[in-house]
Amino acid sequence: MGKIKVKRKSTFIDMTAMSDVTVLLLTFFMLTSTFLKKEPIQVTTPGSVSEIKIPDTNVLQILISPKGKVFMSLDKQDDRQAVLEEMGKLYNVTFTKEEIKKFRDGSSWGVPVQTMKQFLALKGEDQDKELANFGIPTDSVDNQFKEWVRLARQNNGKDMVIAIKADEKTPYPVIKNVMNSLRDLHENRYNLITALREVKEEGKH
Amino acid sequence: MAEIQQKDGKQQKGKQKKVHLRVDFTPMVDMNMLLITFFMLATTMIKPQTMEISMPAKDLPNDPKNQTEVKESKAVTILLGKDHKVYYFLGKPNLAQPILKTTDFSPKGLRAVLLDKNRDVVVQINELKQKKMNLQISKDDYDKKVSELKNGKETPQVVIRASDGATYSDLVNALDEMQICSIGKYMIDDFGKDDAKMFQNSNVPVK
Repeated sequence: MGKIKVKRKSTFIDMTAMSDVTVLLLTFFMLTSTFLKKEPIQVTTPGSVSEIKIPDTNVLQILISPKGKVFMSLDKQDDRQAVLEEMGKLYNVTFTKEEIKKFRDGSSWGVPVQTMKQFLALKGEDQDKELANFGIPTDSVDNQFKEWVRLARQNNGKDMVIAIKADEKTPYPVIKNVMNSLRDLHENRYNLITALREVKEEGKH
Repeated sequence: MAEIQQKDGKQQKGKQKKVHLRVDFTPMVDMNMLLITFFMLATTMIKPQTMEISMPAKDLPNDPKNQTEVKESKAVTILLGKDHKVYYFLGKPNLAQPILKTTDFSPKGLRAVLLDKNRDVVVQINELKQKKMNLQISKDDYDKKVSELKNGKETPQVVIRASDGATYSDLVNALDEMQICSIGKYMIDDFGKDDAKMFQNSNVPVK
């Protein structure tokens, strides 16, 4: 039997302060951050020293996966609907109201127009799974990508900004193809989305 | 956890009821932690950066207005190859005996070459930057002077040509070096047959 008596101290800690801090942190995050858009594939953009921020609205984003698949997205829902309908007229595909609504609600698209109806008929989770396998056709025979960009520019006017978001490892021929299609449409000004990187100064000149 | 003790001091006829209420806030703090974790993961405060490019218009190649005279002493052609390798040559290409120099994107590589070619402009731009930091000139003034310097007569003119083996990050790194070395005249061009021949003659791995 130990002679040492261990006094049982009360382990009552007042956690009021901690709950105050968590409420403050939560309010801060709720007010200052924006939701990330769900994209078909995760892309790691290359680093650059450019510090120009991408504009929030009226941006046509072209997402290029490392395998060469092209997806597009527009931020305004009305623009998306208008472009879909125009594209449908061009390729003789008519979309029902439910399909248009589904297209409006999604954030990015990337299937050939001919398979768009079947794609929109799928459920949400299936759409996400299948989308990464498709991609907008950019080959010279059926350059639907060029048509999408042309219609988007027609619909949105001069203020629309074209942004290209491609993975670091995307092979150059894919990018060349996209840039040539844009040049054919006389779209000579566009932005490349990059991550911020600092310049290491090694020996000043 | 946090507690609130309430004393109910209502006095009834004859009886004295004292109700001790202990409110436990543990679930509220749990919910707060969950919400914070959700917001931290699903949202972002960082807006992605962009680089602006403008490409030359695809006009008739024989249009004399569009053909800019490139001084041989001021021309640098950068060829992007496989595995993030960078090759460059100064002036006109010499197919018979190509002198393709190999470099990379480290500060001692391509940047050293370009800074060397552009030394005067870089020094002047650094002076202007200092002046701007000390608020001696306004930002608009600074921008105007910088663009004047970059498009000056003696500045190098860089042509970037990427082969099919290069990746997007190579192109972005090359454009980045343009910005770091304050080069105002650069253009992205197609990788032609002459360039492929130069690669062949210098035994550059293509596949």
